[in-house]
Amino acid sequence: MTDQKRRDKRNVDVWLTGTEEPGWLVDSTDEGAQKMAAHETAGRLLDQEGLVVGDDRVLDEDVAPEDELMIINMGPQHPSTHGVLRLNIELEGEIIRRSKPIIGYLHTGMEKTGEELTWLQGPTNVTRMDYLAPFHNELAYSLAVEKLLGIDLPPRALAIRILMTELNRVSSHLVALATNGMDIGALSMMLYGFRDRERILAFFEKTTGLRMNHNYIRPGGVAADLPPDWQDDIEFILDKVPPRILEYEDLLKANPIWMGRTLDVGVITLEECLAYSVTGPTLRAAGSGWDLRKAFPYSGIENYHFEVPVGERGDVYDRYRVRVEEIWQSLSIVKQAAESMPEGDYKTDDRKVAPPPRARIDESMEALIHHFKIYTEGFQVPEGEVYVAIESPRGELGAYLVSDGGSRPLRMHMRTPSFANLQGLPVMMADSLIADTVATIASLDPVLGDVDR
Amino acid sequence: MSHPANPPGFLLANLDKVRHWAQTRSMFTVTFGLACCAIEMMATGAGHYDLARFGMEVFRASPRQADLMIVAGRVSQKMAPVLRQVYDQMPEPKWVISMGACASTGGMFNNYALVQGVDQIVPVDIYIPGCPPGPQSLMHGILTLHDKIMSGEIAH
Amino acid sequence: MTDDQVVEVQEEETPPRTLPDQAVLRAVAEQFDDIEWILSSGQDVFILPKDLVLDVVQAAKDAGFELLADLTVTDYFRGRSPRFELVINLLSMQHRLRLRLRAPVPVDDVQVPSVVGVYPGANFYEREAFDLFGLVFDGHPDLTRILMPDEWEGHPLRKDFGMGSVPVQFKDSHQVQ
Ligand code: SF4
Repeated sequence: MTDQKRRDKRNVDVWLTGTEEPGWLVDSTDEGAQKMAAHETAGRLLDQEGLVVGDDRVLDEDVAPEDELMIINMGPQHPSTHGVLRLNIELEGEIIRRSKPIIGYLHTGMEKTGEELTWLQGPTNVTRMDYLAPFHNELAYSLAVEKLLGIDLPPRALAIRILMTELNRVSSHLVALATNGMDIGALSMMLYGFRDRERILAFFEKTTGLRMNHNYIRPGGVAADLPPDWQDDIEFILDKVPPRILEYEDLLKANPIWMGRTLDVGVITLEECLAYSVTGPTLRAAGSGWDLRKAFPYSGIENYHFEVPVGERGDVYDRYRVRVEEIWQSLSIVKQAAESMPEGDYKTDDRKVAPPPRARIDESMEALIHHFKIYTEGFQVPEGEVYVAIESPRGELGAYLVSDGGSRPLRMHMRTPSFANLQGLPVMMADSLIADTVATIASLDPVLGDVDR
Repeated sequence: MSHPANPPGFLLANLDKVRHWAQTRSMFTVTFGLACCAIEMMATGAGHYDLARFGMEVFRASPRQADLMIVAGRVSQKMAPVLRQVYDQMPEPKWVISMGACASTGGMFNNYALVQGVDQIVPVDIYIPGCPPGPQSLMHGILTLHDKIMSGEIAH
Repeated sequence: MTDDQVVEVQEEETPPRTLPDQAVLRAVAEQFDDIEWILSSGQDVFILPKDLVLDVVQAAKDAGFELLADLTVTDYFRGRSPRFELVINLLSMQHRLRLRLRAPVPVDDVQVPSVVGVYPGANFYEREAFDLFGLVFDGHPDLTRILMPDEWEGHPLRKDFGMGSVPVQFKDSHQVQ
């Protein structure tokens, strides 16, 4: 055991016993191997990293260019990294040369927990991954389970799913705008964005009982029907939100600071997006019309009319534009879904999968048995493996499920968009100013729960 | 103001009371948003719920200027040392609110990756239940903390 | 005759596909002898030996799969003889196709070729697979832990790692003797 290891081991003991010993923590946050790889010639770089200033070697005529670099650390506890993202940034003056995202500070072991939960309990777990778009997580998981089961859903269940996920896209993009504005200094965007999000969350709370992490979309349909006067609520949202968004666009686009700090900042090209598996608004802002809702339609989304906004420059401004356009498109889908909402069941009537209605349990022994079986043992899913992807507000959100025929998944893996998108961050930041870092991060809109799972 | 102990023109109070009053009336919070609960914390600070009513809308990025840490979300094994370091950097007196099921007990994730309760690393004054606790619950927790400080129940 | 018309109308409505889909996949599959091509829940899956991974991925990229959508590992533990399975999901935007590659990996020989050279986006995914499952990717430029702390021992998503859960205790419960 090396010294470092021994010290870390002791530190773990210290947390668990609760006794404090000042001083050890500084060492144990040292990330060791996860740091950026050193340059070959960077023997003296470490001096500067440890804030050893005043060394006249820097003034030497014949220093290698690498010796003028400085590495700074940003995060994991930083107000503008959207959670617990940590970045190692290598600077030459004010210009970023290289950077490396360090993640894992929110690793929750959800894929392991998912193997312990039954298929019906799964959405409870996955909804907590991307906490700004919980419905999308549930939808991806449920679609994958349904594909394994081979069941079809009644039209009302499909329409409710589209209604909820598209509303969720609006609320998620509103937060993206809010935080993007806040990071650049447009603090009022923060207040406005969250204010409008509240209107949508109020509807979510009324329908599902929770403001976030709803566990509403489940394998076999949705958990409950829409509340009795849901049309009024949707109408209220469609009344109140669009004028506000126009207002925000005026607010931002007429603002020279906003334009100056977003135009041609954080550029990523289409080829780089593809190489680094970057999807979602970032890919569309770079000039691709790729949207899984059009390419591989799910849950009946092909029956609605909407357009896919495409940017051209791939900079922060285009990503903001794409998001605003997507809000408009999603609101139009919500309107169509509310107008054409079919009547009928909100979950499948396959009693092996969906629990019977509460009223039936008092009358029928069989219903009682099904209910008991589903909530204790869970339903069985035929052996097989499947990958289903949907378009979340951040990009391709996929669920890879493996079943061994039991009532729990053998493997539950989510392909989360933020995880892959983060690989594009060093590309966007390379050779840009350090002041643009926060604008770039915010425009990528990473959700750290989605990254680390 | 004609009480004999309070002659006109003077305001007399117990020094402790004045101190407690000052401590609660403008508490600065260090941002420690970790997961879903952090979004609710941000929503509480934003326009609709308006934490500014309690003199608390300023979320400080630097722990050195803060006296309250709201641990909002799940604390992973990798984050635990960082959290403790931030706590150590806060000046006394300081308080900790553990927001949500995850921060309080590990929540539904009883597995290898999470610290099962942030009270294993830092002392916690108020636990707020819920997953996520709504802004109302968070405010209730904050006001409870204020009450407890005012009444001298939590002394620092 | 009416049938033909119906088919035509449908083709106009749905987005154009490069037909037949299979031609792209067949072009990849025919280059290698050891590929087993199956349909799993209606999705195209190639099962291949792990040494071929790099070549097949390169061939797939040349055939028009631009994006590596996902790379992960399944641990079958006692359920199957080569215990692990490397799973790579590829996406072709021009052909609107998905392709999944599955390569069994035995537990006593966890070396697999890295595909970072073909798709740089595999970087994080391979680090994750190394971190959580302990597969070693030959040729990866920076194979370090990504989600767990550096000093962590073991690979938590392996089935024999254990859940690591702490038993729940209640304050006034009876002590278990
Ligand atoms: S308590 Fe619930 S809402 Fe809060 S961090 Fe944990 S899972 Fe998220």
